[in-house]
Formats: sequence, structure tokens, C-alpha cells
Amino acid sequence: MAVQYLAANRFGLGRRFDDPVIDDPKGWLTRQLGDYDPAPAIIAALAGREAIAAAYVEYQDERRTMRREAAAMSDEEKAMEPEMRRLSRSAIRRHYVDASAARLSAAVATPTPFPERLVHFWANHFAVSADKQTVIGFAGNYENEAIRPHIMGKFSDLLVAAVRHPAMLLYLDQAQSFGPDSPFATRVRNRGKRQAPGLNENLAREIMELHTLGVRTGYTQADVTSFAKALTGLTVAGLGLGAGQRLMPADARAGATVFIERLHEPGAQTILGRRYDQPGERQADAVLRDLAIHPATAKHIAGKLARHFTGDTPPAPLVDRLAADFLKTGGDLPSLYRTLVASPEPWATTPTMFKSPWDWTVSMLRALKVPAFGEKQNIAAMFTQLGQPLWRPGSPAGYDDKVATWAGSAALMQRVELASRVAGRIGDRADARQLAPLVLADALTPDTAQAIAGADSPGQGIAMLFASPTFLRR
Amino acid sequence: MILSRRSIILSGITVAAAGALPGFAYAAAGTPKRLVFIIQRGAADGLGIVAPTGDPAFAAARRAMADETAGGAKLDGMFTLHPAMAATAGLYIGKQAHFAHAVATAYRDRSHFDGQNMLEGGGSRPYGRDTGWVGRLLTLLPAAERDAIAIAPAVPLALRGTVQVGTYAPSRLPQADADLIARLTAMYADDPLLHPLWGSAVKTQELASDIGGDNGRNGAELGKLAASLMVPTDGARVMMVETGGWDTHSGQRGRLAAQLRGLDQLISALQTGLGPAWTDTLVLVATEFGRTVEVNGTGGTDHGTASTAMLLGGGLEAGGKVSADWPGLSPTARYEGRDLKPTRNLESVIATAVAHHYALDPKRVMATLYPDA
Repeated sequence: MAVQYLAANRFGLGRRFDDPVIDDPKGWLTRQLGDYDPAPAIIAALAGREAIAAAYVEYQDERRTMRREAAAMSDEEKAMEPEMRRLSRSAIRRHYVDASAARLSAAVATPTPFPERLVHFWANHFAVSADKQTVIGFAGNYENEAIRPHIMGKFSDLLVAAVRHPAMLLYLDQAQSFGPDSPFATRVRNRGKRQAPGLNENLAREIMELHTLGVRTGYTQADVTSFAKALTGLTVAGLGLGAGQRLMPADARAGATVFIERLHEPGAQTILGRRYDQPGERQADAVLRDLAIHPATAKHIAGKLARHFTGDTPPAPLVDRLAADFLKTGGDLPSLYRTLVASPEPWATTPTMFKSPWDWTVSMLRALKVPAFGEKQNIAAMFTQLGQPLWRPGSPAGYDDKVATWAGSAALMQRVELASRVAGRIGDRADARQLAPLVLADALTPDTAQAIAGADSPGQGIAMLFASPTFLRR
Repeated sequence: MILSRRSIILSGITVAAAGALPGFAYAAAGTPKRLVFIIQRGAADGLGIVAPTGDPAFAAARRAMADETAGGAKLDGMFTLHPAMAATAGLYIGKQAHFAHAVATAYRDRSHFDGQNMLEGGGSRPYGRDTGWVGRLLTLLPAAERDAIAIAPAVPLALRGTVQVGTYAPSRLPQADADLIARLTAMYADDPLLHPLWGSAVKTQELASDIGGDNGRNGAELGKLAASLMVPTDGARVMMVETGGWDTHSGQRGRLAAQLRGLDQLISALQTGLGPAWTDTLVLVATEFGRTVEVNGTGGTDHGTASTAMLLGGGLEAGGKVSADWPGLSPTARYEGRDLKPTRNLESVIATAVAHHYALDPKRVMATLYPDA
């Protein structure tokens, strides 16, 4: 049984060239839970929420000014407009590009690859998608501020942090959702000038369907509507509030998550048969905390975790064990991770998962002592090309976690091409014959070793190692 | 900064546009001999390229595709050249083209990679040789005529041997690293997930890297590039050009025409680019095996056995001729009832042509290029 390879690749992100032999796989993994650093230097150095929000505000201001002055502009000024817009947009995009590069560097360098992999898992579970203009700049910050600090705590805290981050509020339209009978909406209605702003159920529905209970677990449309009402008032300062912008507290900095009482639907809400009559934002918080420990949530999260560490059809005993653990501990995440490591199912050699482009690239880079890319390599663009653009799954469901999601013919060819390109850069500065036992460890088969040894050049050997059937899997 | 041609080749710098290269000025070389080996990866259909229109069984076997060569040049009483090869037809009239038909290597199965390995390696079985016939030929040539280069990202098997050769991969002309592909094919052979994925990936890439794109201009650019690397006094004397996209299992009519248009323009651009040196140039076009006599259910042909090889250049031994010990196409005359039967070794066609071109002893050439024969 290839326990060393599985520890490094199924639980981790592939063995680093300087990692010692993993002679106690379970102990190695469990120790990482305590050693986890939620804010490694390269991540901590990234721009914060306010700087990112400022880029958006500047962009919006410029657009507004342009619109206002459009009539008075000379042809020359008009001709410059698209270029100006592009520059402002690129300031927003810069945050995305920088965060992408930092994410990769952190993953390649981390001494605690198991928790790092869990960061990626949870960021995908609570997916935001940067294909929405308002999310691009915040996507990396979302993972770093809402996900990273909470993966070693309770699921409920992780849930609340994810839901309250501006990226999530903007992505799932919460920032524009107003209570239909809120003081604000009532006032607009009474003036009769235009249609009163109202409810947007998007965030409430996705929290129930994707983030907690799971689809078709018994909640009704009425539950979704009531939950959406409970969430009203929660919005982002300075961005995307539209008509409600002037209700913003004077001291709120752009990009901050704020609760505005005048936007909140007054009164009690009944959700899943339980009555919530807390005042203000405590109402949504109470619903979230109940959803976070619901038995359906326990099962849903157990199923997703189990699939991630076993395969397309997670073994029922493992799912049951994780769900029981979740219920018993009230959603204590490190307890779930320890249960996973201690369970036999994730250590089975079959069935195996196919590495995602992200997992595969990270594990390749971890194996190499020499840099595989130039300093100017556009990491964000590279993953787009590989079919897994970072923080851009295109749906709040995140990237699907099945073999068929990533095992495609064009995808395979792309990996071979990237491996060849990397190998070309490395040339003979790495010896694939020595690298193979380190990287593939106890999963190295005589066939693969022989095939690599028979390569016609050091570079070809490296390409074959990274394209080998074992290394493509985890 | 203007780099010399050699430094461009050896440093592996790729130019953005292949077409920009001939803009450099180079003194035309004197007389040394030049050899260009163009491989058609994917098993080109010799029956569609040089069609035996005079064979009574041909029309029935090819059914709707029998008129694929309609409008093409009549080469003799039996054969018609595909109409997409107009420039090549001109060479034929000027006795600068020769077609060897019903030829095959010693390979008798129908795997591309094995077939290509035999064609390039010149061994008597797949993966029997780790050097290639061109690479071994280099050892027979005078030092001044040994400079060899492949327009490919890595040295193809055919060029491997004791003599150092260069490669050149312009970014505009994507080429598969055929050897890595072949090795991975072997590596994935027993993997139920990867084997079919890879098969389909390779097929797609073969189609994507064809020379028939852009109405033949891809081929013309490749020819121009090849000539520009061979014209200078210090340029390459031996070259290998890889072409993919010949695996016409379906929709052969359009695809083969596009491929041949590209090949025709490649040859034409090579001739133009080489100028006076064309007189001392031998171009050899060959494929790993042929395709079935009968058309399949999707307007294409499947993997077969014998095919056609082309010899082109200014000093051929038998230009303006189709040489064939024609086996006929009736079902009983076919190889295994389905393929054009090989009646001559491709190996001897190549060795004879090369020996004549370089004025070398044919026996010695044969023994060097094909030591297992």
C-alpha cells in the first residue's frame, strides 16, 4: 500500500524535494494541524480589504465622472475613455493576479500541506466566482481573510466568516437585498416615485443548498424566503448598495461589511419550524449557527469531505463516521480532520482521484528544486489555460470534485505540454531517475521507473515523471 | 542585433513569425548536396494521392470517393495525381518528381507509433533501434554536408545517431513531440482511464498540427522556413520536416485535399527558397503505412499497409515516372483482403535514392541505413 504517496498527495500537495521520508504518515499529518499558520508572510503581505475596495471606488468614480461629462468631452477625450476604464479595471485585476501568485507560492512552500489543501477545499466549498466583476479584486482576500483563519475552528465560525465577507455578499447579491417592509423600502413605496427595492434570495438559497443543509434536504421555498428576510440589512459599505448608499454610517470605510437596520426586514422569521425573533443582525447570525449544526449539514459536509479524500463515491461508513463526529463535536473541524486521517478508507489505493490542474501543478512545483517558471510568469493566466481559473468556478457550487471533472483528453495533453515546457526549462538540472523515488515514493512501479530511465533526455524523463499515471492521481 | 543563422538555431530562440526569417540576407551556398525528409505522420493514403485510376477494381472499391483525383494530372496510363498537387505535377513534367507506389517498410501491423518508429529507426521491428536512418546516413557524408536540423521541438528518431543535430521549433507552427507522445502512449497503454483519453488527445493534436490549414499557407510557411535554414553557406544540409494530420478516418475528401495542398505548397516554397541549390536537393516524402482500399462508413479510410512515397528534386535518377510492381486492387490481390499489397520495400527505395543522390555505394548505404535488412 502506497501510504507515503497517499499521505503526500491525497492529503497533502505532493512531496517537496527537501521533505524527509514520511515514515509515520498519520503522525505527520496530525502534527500539521497544530503547526498550521493561517497567515504565512507571502499571504500577509497582500493588499487588504480597504485597498481593494479603494480600487473599486476609484473605478466607479471614474465611470460616473465620464458619464456626467460625456456631452462636454472633446473627441480626443472620448477616445481616451476606454483606455482610462481599462487602467482602472487593471488596478482591480492586479489584486487578483497578485493573490493568485501568492496562493501558488504559499502552496509550493508550505511545510503544512495538509491544512493548505484544506484551505483550498473550504474555499471551493464556499465558492465565490471572480467572473463577476465585483468579485475579481476580492477573491484572494476572501480566501485569506474569511477561510484561512477559520479552518481550524468550528464550522459555524467558518460559515459566518464566509457569508459576511464582501466577496460573498457581492457575489450572491446580498448587498442589494432589502427587506420588502423595511423602513427604507416603505419610505420609497410611500413616495410612489419608483418601484420599491426588495428581496434577493440568492445568498439564502445557496447557503442552504450548497453551504450547509444540501440540496433536497427538506427545506421549503418559505424557509428560503424567510431566511433571505433575516439576512437583509447585511451589506458592503461603499460598493454596490445603489439607492441605499446614503444610509451608510458615516464612519464606515468602503469595503467593510456593515449591517444597516433601516434595510432589515422587521419582525420574527420562521425557518425550518423554528422562530427567530432576535433584533437586527443577531437574527441572521442565529439562523446561520443553527444551520451550521443541523444533522443535514453534518451529513452534507461529511459527504463532501469524504469524497475529497476518497473518490467519486465516498464509502458510506466513512461518511457516517464523519457525520457522527460532526454532530458530537458541534462541527469541530480539526476533529473531522483527525477522524479522516485515522479512518482506513482514505488510505485505500483504489479508487483514486485525478488531480485537479491546481493540485497537479502545485505538486510538480513542490518536487523541483529549481524554479520552473520565470518571475514574470502570469500564474492566474496559466491556471485559466489549464482549465481551472483560480476563484472562478463560474458557479456558487464551486469546482466539481470528481474524476471526470478533470480527466479530459485536451486537459491531459495540456498537462503533458506544460510538463514538457517545465522540463525544457529545468533541462538536466534535475535527474528524473533520482526524482522519481522521492516524488512517487512507495507508489513508484518498476514500469514507471523503467520508462523514466529509458527517456532520451533528462528533460524528457522529467516530463514523463510528471505525466506518469501515478503522478496524475492522488 | 542581427544574430547569425547558426546562433539562432543553436540557442533555440524562436521567432514570432516563420515568414520573417527569409528577410535576412545570406549568401547563397555553392554546390553541396541537400536532403530533406518530410514525414507524413498518420498514414497518408497513397491510393488517394497517386490514384490507380486505370485499375479496373479502383472505382468500385473507392465508390463515391473514386473521383477524388478528378481534374488531377494524368501521370501515365494507370495513375492520376491528386489535383491539389498542382506544383508537384509541374515537377513531374520536368522530370523532377518520382512516385514509388505500393511500397511499405517491413512493418505489417497498423499502429502509428510502431509504424513511425520503424520508418524512422529503420529497424526490423518496432523500437528495435534507438538511432534513425538519417542519423546513420550522416556518418557516411563529408563533414561539410553533415549539418542536420529538424523542424521539431525535439530531435525526431530519424535524425538521432552519433552526429549532433539541431532542432528548430517556430512558435507559429505547433508540432507534437512525437517521441514523448509515443512513450506516454506506451506508459498509458494499460491504464483504463488514461489510455482512451490520451488516444483522443493525440488524435486531436494530429489534426491541429496539420500543414493543410489556412488554404495551404501553413505548408508554404513551413517550406519557406525550411529553405531559409538550408540556403546559407553555413546552414543545414540535411533536414527533417514533420507533418501530421494524415490519419483520414473520416471526411477524407476535404481533409486529404487540404493536407496535399499544404504539402504541395511546402514543396513549392522549398524549391523557390532554395533557388539554384534545388538542383542538388533530394526531397523524400514518406509515411508509416497506407490506408484501406475500401472506403469506410464515414467517408474515410482506415489503417492499411502499402502506400506511396515521393522523391523530388533537381537531379533524380528516374524523374517523371511512377514506379510500381502494381499488385492490383481486386479483393484477392490485396494484403489480408483489405489493404494495398506492398510489392517493394520502402527501405530500398530510400536507400537507392539516397545512394544515387550522394553518389555512394548502394550496398554500403543500405547496410548503414538498414542494418537489420
